[in-house]
Amino acid sequence: MSVAVTIETIEKRFENFPALRGVSLDIQPGELVALLGPSGSGKTTLLRLIAGLEQADRGRVLFGETDTHDLSLRERRIGFVFQHYALFKTMNVAENIAFGLRSRPHRARPGESEIRKRVSDLLELVQLQGLEKRYPSQLSGGQRQRVALARALAIEPRVLLLDEPFGALDARVRKDLRGWLRELHGRTGHTTVFVTHDQEEALELADRVAILNDGKIEQVGSADDVYDHPATPFVCEFLGEANKLPVKVVGSLAFFGDRPVLGGITQNQGGLASLYVRPQHLRIVDETPLALPGTVEHLRRNGPLRRAEVAVEGLKKRLDVDLASQVAPAIGERVRLRITHGNLFAAA
Amino acid sequence: MTTAATPFRWREPSILPGFGLALGTTLTALSLIVLIPLAALFIKAASAGPADIWAVATSPRTIAALRLSFMGALIAALVNAVFGLILAWVLVRYEFPGRRLIDAAVDLPFALPTAVAGISLAAIYAPNGIVGSLFAPFGIKIAYTPLGVMVALIFIGLPFVVRTVQPVLEELQSDVEEAAALLGASRARTIFRVVLPQVAPALLTGFVLAFARAVGEYGSVIFIAGNVPMVSEIAPLLIVIRLEQFDYAGAAVVATMMLIISFALILSVNLIQAHARRRLGDV
Amino acid sequence: MSDTAPPFVAAPVRRKSAHGESLGVRIALIAVSLAFLLLFLALPLASVFVEASAKGWEAYRAAITEPDAQAAIRLTLLVAAIAVPFNIVVGVAAAWAIAKFEFRGKNLLISLIDLPFSVSPVIAGLVFVLLFGAQGYFGPWLQAHDIKIVFAVPGLILATIFVTFPFVARELIPHMQSLGTADEEAALTLGASPWRVFFRVTLPNVKWSLFYGVLLCNARAMGEFGAVAVVSGKIRGLTNTMPLHIEILYNEYMGAAAFAVASLLAGLALVTLALKTFLEWRFGDEIAASRRH
Repeated sequence: MSVAVTIETIEKRFENFPALRGVSLDIQPGELVALLGPSGSGKTTLLRLIAGLEQADRGRVLFGETDTHDLSLRERRIGFVFQHYALFKTMNVAENIAFGLRSRPHRARPGESEIRKRVSDLLELVQLQGLEKRYPSQLSGGQRQRVALARALAIEPRVLLLDEPFGALDARVRKDLRGWLRELHGRTGHTTVFVTHDQEEALELADRVAILNDGKIEQVGSADDVYDHPATPFVCEFLGEANKLPVKVVGSLAFFGDRPVLGGITQNQGGLASLYVRPQHLRIVDETPLALPGTVEHLRRNGPLRRAEVAVEGLKKRLDVDLASQVAPAIGERVRLRITHGNLFAAA
Repeated sequence: MTTAATPFRWREPSILPGFGLALGTTLTALSLIVLIPLAALFIKAASAGPADIWAVATSPRTIAALRLSFMGALIAALVNAVFGLILAWVLVRYEFPGRRLIDAAVDLPFALPTAVAGISLAAIYAPNGIVGSLFAPFGIKIAYTPLGVMVALIFIGLPFVVRTVQPVLEELQSDVEEAAALLGASRARTIFRVVLPQVAPALLTGFVLAFARAVGEYGSVIFIAGNVPMVSEIAPLLIVIRLEQFDYAGAAVVATMMLIISFALILSVNLIQAHARRRLGDV
Repeated sequence: MSDTAPPFVAAPVRRKSAHGESLGVRIALIAVSLAFLLLFLALPLASVFVEASAKGWEAYRAAITEPDAQAAIRLTLLVAAIAVPFNIVVGVAAAWAIAKFEFRGKNLLISLIDLPFSVSPVIAGLVFVLLFGAQGYFGPWLQAHDIKIVFAVPGLILATIFVTFPFVARELIPHMQSLGTADEEAALTLGASPWRVFFRVTLPNVKWSLFYGVLLCNARAMGEFGAVAVVSGKIRGLTNTMPLHIEILYNEYMGAAAFAVASLLAGLALVTLALKTFLEWRFGDEIAASRRH
């Protein structure tokens, strides 16, 4: 079995709203995949389709070689962690975690002592020993999240699905849990898919990131792939920041107006194009043949970096330029910008 | 803020006017209309003297009437708890023709005068009535028996359970049920172990409201009950009868017993609720 | 089922759900509900109108136009016309004190206002007989001054006010509590007089829940039976309200006439329900307590 989950050309419509428009994705066993996209992009719908909480209008979801269409939710054996955890508030932590085991048909149900052992192992795994008797209302957000995870893991799921796993937590707890989840995945090796709208979270955690937009997958790849080699303008703009320049490609040169700004272009599609340049790929230089003249209009601090906003003639939006370790220019100073790296997309 | 140095205050300061006028009006009306008259009832009952109180309280007719009122109310409230829960579930979860009309109709017992309900229930549950005639061939009499009392008490308690459970069902998060299903629970297990426990406090509240209303109910019952002493005579009717015999003390003692038993039951249920709320957070 | 719709879809789509009840269970539960309502609501209501028309239109007209019936209708309207405004004033005052101020004993006060809900209507009548009846605490004094309360209209009004006491307050309190005091404080700082603040700021905010409470209060006031039965003495033409008139006719085996008068009250109930449903549909957000009774 080389593929854990295969998603084949899924289409899904809600009334008149197409949520998914032909989505295909293979997920390898043990992989940690992020579904990343803005709200309304269809990422949660895709997750719910894998879980079986929604039925596709067209296309299939396969677990290994098995078509899931006729599997009941129980037969799917999906571990699902809901955005708001969906803990059973009338049950304590131990009862929550044991719920899946106790829901098994009689002959497949482990004995009570076995269940107790499993619960205590899982509590240890999620570092919540001693809280068995607490009720969900008596736990912090981060603790609830870990109970939800333990509960999902208790049924020994084929696939672990997490819907915005850190969405409901405050920023500090998020950071802690992120590292912890990564480590937990390394230890348990569950095939895991999680949905997020936070690119930092996706890039940091996932083996591969699938970026969704408007019901379609724009690109699938490792964090480095999608960040450094975005396949579409959407990916380029969605991941990190990018300045957009309208250019014209002639031969191996891209021209902004009549000025050549980038050379060495190998993709030989001439004509109008959009050039996306990240702020760290613009450098203030003294003299170079391929350069963009502009005026520094504003300086600000962006975390550890300083950033200049440079107005360029013929461009409405000022360009963001990161000043790594350079001497900062003064406001009003004329500068020349060199593009060290850019992504070129044919104009739509 | 609230340290030991803070002087005792009846109310928090506010720039809004009218507190004295509003509270004064409320307390005056409440005292004159509700509290003083009820106090008169207790004083009257107490003035009967221990021997007479004991005689009234332990007379077989009093006990039979109280038993019918409380047991009848209990059974009616249980029936309403079961069917009210089903009704609330159906109204919240399913889409079917006439749903909105039925939703509105549930409140009919709040709006329909009890005397009207009483005579119409008597008419259809009498042996020659449209429903009564279905049971008559089997020797089952509904109207003019304790069964008739139940029918009337079910009618007047019907909206309470539906209206307390309905909003709770509406606000239940669907993800909890999805979680249970994904964990492998059957639908029945999901409903009985996950959904119903969350609805239980509201169900209990509705049950108590229906019960409290049914215990004291008079208008809708007397037409259908038959009012046979010791058999189908409810406690409120016994009060009326004692009053018509100018036995004011006897009426007051029966009334006081009713109030004390009701309040004790309501109070104990409220304590159970408060305990459950503390454990589960605000349910 | 609507509960599987993802959050970004405005209108939930009803569709086969992977985890709902089976169709058979749904149909069975709906059938049980409908049968229950048929037995306990629809048939009784329908029977009122069927029985009322049993003897034809002329008999119906005669039953509701005969002098005793007319007197009963007038008395019912009179009692409601006094009891309802009284409860509006007290209900609004109670809501103002409870919702806009923090004071000790507030929860006790709320419980006391709700108290009449858990007192049998018969007891509500009894307490006034014990106070004002011939053998009551104030009986001798009242007789000496030739004032009649029990077995007279004042007794009917007092008993009606008792049983309808909580209706207006309990609709207004939760709504006014949810609105807070910011609007009134703003109006006061702008120099408005207290009464102007109340009539121009507070009242418009809560008018629909007030109307809702009045509607329920009125339905109960006009339909009350047990409490008024005890204090009325049932003197035809004098202290007989419509529900009491129905009882007398019914006990005299004048079923059709009893149902004819009953049909008027059933009509009132239907109008009340229709208005209530309309208010909940139109102003549901404003009527805070609409769902709890």
